[in-house]
Amino acid sequence: MAHLRQHADEFEAELKQAVSLGTTIMAASFDGGVVLGADSRTSTGNYVANRVTDKLTPLCENVYVCRSGSAADTQNMAAYVQYYLQQHRMELDREVSVSVAANLAKQLVYNNKNMLQAGLIVAGFDKKEGGSVFALPLGGTLLQVPFAIGGSGSAYIYGFCDKFWRPNMSAEEAKKFVVQAVSHAMARDGSSGGCIRTVVITKDGVRRDFVPGSNVPQHYGELGAQYATAMA
Amino acid sequence: MSGIGTGYDLSVSTFSPDGRVFQTEYAQKAVDNSGTVVGLRCKDGVVLGCEKTIISKMLVEGSNRRTYAVDRHAGMAVGGVAADGRQIVNRASSEAQQYKSFYGDIIPGHVLAERTASYVHLFNLYWYLRPCGSAALIAVYDRDGPQLYLVEPSGTGHRFFGTAVGKGRTAAKNEIEKLKLEELTCRQGVLEIAKILHNVHDEEKPFEMELAWICDESNREFQRVPADMVTEANTKAKAAKDDSDMED
Repeated sequence: MAHLRQHADEFEAELKQAVSLGTTIMAASFDGGVVLGADSRTSTGNYVANRVTDKLTPLCENVYVCRSGSAADTQNMAAYVQYYLQQHRMELDREVSVSVAANLAKQLVYNNKNMLQAGLIVAGFDKKEGGSVFALPLGGTLLQVPFAIGGSGSAYIYGFCDKFWRPNMSAEEAKKFVVQAVSHAMARDGSSGGCIRTVVITKDGVRRDFVPGSNVPQHYGELGAQYATAMA
Repeated sequence: MSGIGTGYDLSVSTFSPDGRVFQTEYAQKAVDNSGTVVGLRCKDGVVLGCEKTIISKMLVEGSNRRTYAVDRHAGMAVGGVAADGRQIVNRASSEAQQYKSFYGDIIPGHVLAERTASYVHLFNLYWYLRPCGSAALIAVYDRDGPQLYLVEPSGTGHRFFGTAVGKGRTAAKNEIEKLKLEELTCRQGVLEIAKILHNVHDEEKPFEMELAWICDESNREFQRVPADMVTEANTKAKAAKDDSDMED
């Protein structure tokens, strides 16, 4: 019996860890917009707390954020930025620019850097700048970049992204690039998985999409979807 | 407290029976009775011009400034009580700074004008304060292009193509209406303002012009108009005035 007790204790200790988005997130700009992508796994240690998580959160009409790190921290930060942007939107009486949204998020990360565990990517579309992507890593640096990757899974796809991202892609090409990259990360990273969610933002608005787990591209060494039932 | 209608002009916190706040109106008069300030929104920017009567022959040139930069992309000219105007300028520039540090972007013209107006309006709300005795002409160049705003002692703010405050405002506004502002460049605007200021000026006393602009020529930064241009405009305006006086 003692070994069963020990097993239960270990599992309990596991669940006491913070709920974390050990994640793959990314965003890429293309000709006329941006595309954001993320896997859908939320883990508590080894335990998958949610396998259909939505890590792509709207900040306002035309700006979204990819969240990685602590689920609690990033959810609440997103809520704060939403609130600030709503006020800003009313005062300005026109579309909010992506850089302003990113700057507000930066302010939160930087001013509370000792308390937060949040790696964000802010991306969106505005009429003046078109599609833009801002990387916002742990310490509160804000970097405007053509594309950004983040989360634990991103380590596995730097090479892929450096090779296959190119300027002036079409929306279709950019989305394909993102899905391909995220699927590679999911194949190697234990804390990324599930399905792939994407958001495409252009002058015409926001388009959400999702690739179910069974349709995520398979890579070297993975068991195909056909094995899923065979193993059950 | 004898007579009808007396006692209602002592405080901003009391309306008169016919719905007026006299203290606010008196503050406007402080502006109306002082040097003329003109603003023009031209096709490539905004020009502001002030008429400054020289109060002493011993006064150093360029004293008693009336134009101030509020941010790189915004500035103002104040008419009325110069000291009150400086309070407005200080507030406007800290609003601009605060906006930039919070949002990471320059303050848009209408936001700056609105916030400045709200500040000026505060002085109309408390019995222990007196209203601002000055009006501010705000020149901005933001992503929507060049804009001109006027904030008055009552706390109202409006956007204008061209406007004027001070002693010569009526005549000045009349002349502004005749201009084709959508075709005028700021370089031409400088001369037009010089002409207007010379025309409305009371000939007895000498005066100095203070001109500032924000336009493509100034790199979209609020700057004082270069001294040689002011001198040139001054001579041309004087000549034009002498010509038209000869015809009369």
